[in-house]
Amino acid sequence: MDADLKIIVVEPDLAKAQDIIDGLRESGWSTVTLISTIAKLAATLKQQDPDIILIDLANPDRDTLEHLSLISDAKSRPVAMFVDHSDEAMTRAAISAGLSAYVVNGLQKDRIRPVLETAIARFQVRQKMQSELDAAKRALSDRKVIDRAKGLLMRARGISEDEAYTLLRKTAMDQGRKVIDVAAALVTAADLLQ
Amino acid sequence: MKLTPVHCGYLPLVDSAPLIIAQELKFAAQEGLDLVLMQQPSWSALRDKLAFGHVEMAHMLSPMPLAMSLGLSGLQAQIDALMVLSVNGTVIGVSDALSDKMQATGWVNTFDDPRATAKAIFAANPTALRIGVPFPFSMHRMLLEYWLSHDPGFQADRVEIITIPPPQMANAVRDGQLDMFCVGEPWGSVAVQQNVAALVLPGAAIWAFAPEKILGARHDWVTENTKTSHAMIRAIYKATAWLDAPQNTPLAVEILARSQHLDLPDETIDPALGGRLVTRQGTAPIQTQRLLNFHSGAANFPWRSQASWITDKLTGWHDLDRTAALTTARRCFRSDMYRDALAPLGVDMPGASDKVEGAMAHPTAVASTKGQLILGPDLFFDGALSDFGPETTPQN
Repeated sequence: MDADLKIIVVEPDLAKAQDIIDGLRESGWSTVTLISTIAKLAATLKQQDPDIILIDLANPDRDTLEHLSLISDAKSRPVAMFVDHSDEAMTRAAISAGLSAYVVNGLQKDRIRPVLETAIARFQVRQKMQSELDAAKRALSDRKVIDRAKGLLMRARGISEDEAYTLLRKTAMDQGRKVIDVAAALVTAADLLQ
Repeated sequence: MKLTPVHCGYLPLVDSAPLIIAQELKFAAQEGLDLVLMQQPSWSALRDKLAFGHVEMAHMLSPMPLAMSLGLSGLQAQIDALMVLSVNGTVIGVSDALSDKMQATGWVNTFDDPRATAKAIFAANPTALRIGVPFPFSMHRMLLEYWLSHDPGFQADRVEIITIPPPQMANAVRDGQLDMFCVGEPWGSVAVQQNVAALVLPGAAIWAFAPEKILGARHDWVTENTKTSHAMIRAIYKATAWLDAPQNTPLAVEILARSQHLDLPDETIDPALGGRLVTRQGTAPIQTQRLLNFHSGAANFPWRSQASWITDKLTGWHDLDRTAALTTARRCFRSDMYRDALAPLGVDMPGASDKVEGAMAHPTAVASTKGQLILGPDLFFDGALSDFGPETTPQN
């Protein structure tokens, strides 16, 4: 294992950062530095002279890192992973998992690959958990919107809750739309009319 | 009718309005499209998602498709600009500390005087000037450099351009990381409302007709999906025409504020669409002409000469072969596609796809298919003319 690789992880969420670092350590990379914000990156780059920088694709600080990769002096120049087409499958996997990586000092691809594979695996697990959480949240907020729409119909038409829901469902089926979309349109329209 | 899904990446800025309006007011559905808007956390992420096909289209900074096609930013990918989504819309601000020092030199903020403002900046701040922009490949950076480098006090090693995500711009000024910034609304107004900065110029004072955002798509995807691309151009064209009518502004603010796409309060959207900006906390708003233009003066037309101007700046930054770069880049601005898409609507089109940028001091009638087209003004603050001539015009 390539134990002497120096890795920087940019991640403001401590729990998430720890998870990634644990994954890397378990696989034998121990020289991992965590920074929570990109503001310190330029200084950290000079100090640590890292080989790889890992950052969440969803991190808005990525644009700042991208700019550094254009202006840094040649030696400590972080370059976005695989800007050529030589390993598209790996880059696709990284992007799908929500990971972006920057390589410093022109490290060879065969040395990067295992680090990236480990990080991608961790990101995928995280992403699955997140999407399940999001789905649960969405279901809850959908229910609130549908309840509001039912309430609006009950008041406007003097009908029961069951009748209101039946009306929403029938409208949705007639128009080939989802119940939540019809409900959301009704709630928005009611808000605008207020 | 079954709608064709189109996934379009965007950043939650006021100038993504044409996409949001096209979706919310069903202009996209009328054209047979199910427009799915996918918010992105950064321009880099949006660029990667477009290059790798996670989205088919995107709201992009005007230099991005050119930088990508030239292999300067991320994975090299040929990206077409199908139309311009907005012209102008950026503002330049300075920290309160710098503003005070500028006023001590006798400068008065009239919000329309690039020369006097640059002079005051360099007189007030003779050492390093740290300026924030949203992305290295942005009109923001091009306008800043174009403007500041004209001042005799300019020295390249004293100006440091730093990329900061727009929502963090006000904080970066407060924390002393930045002396200045150029950013799209509402983030300039937010910095004023937070009492950390003063706005000194609209981007339009530097170039009166600067293409700000474009609708981008991968060239190979466009070639395989011509009908969908045409439909999208028509949907957005109708949305920008709707946005352009002053009587629609209050409703547009309402829709943008309520839509889940922007997540911004009304009072930050209103100044950008209405053109009334408070330049410093406690002062009266200034009515600004052409702050953000979605439609008028053929704003949506992707001029090949705009691509040339931007590419010229890119070749300067990256030491590229100028002729080769111009040939590649000019193909990206698909005025041909735009004409074809809008022909069924009978839209008045300019006679040429190139113009001399910076030649119109006033709204000017020009040769067009129906003879009713008025363009401009499009002046540069220094009166320069940008004429790249027809020799680099590609045949497509």
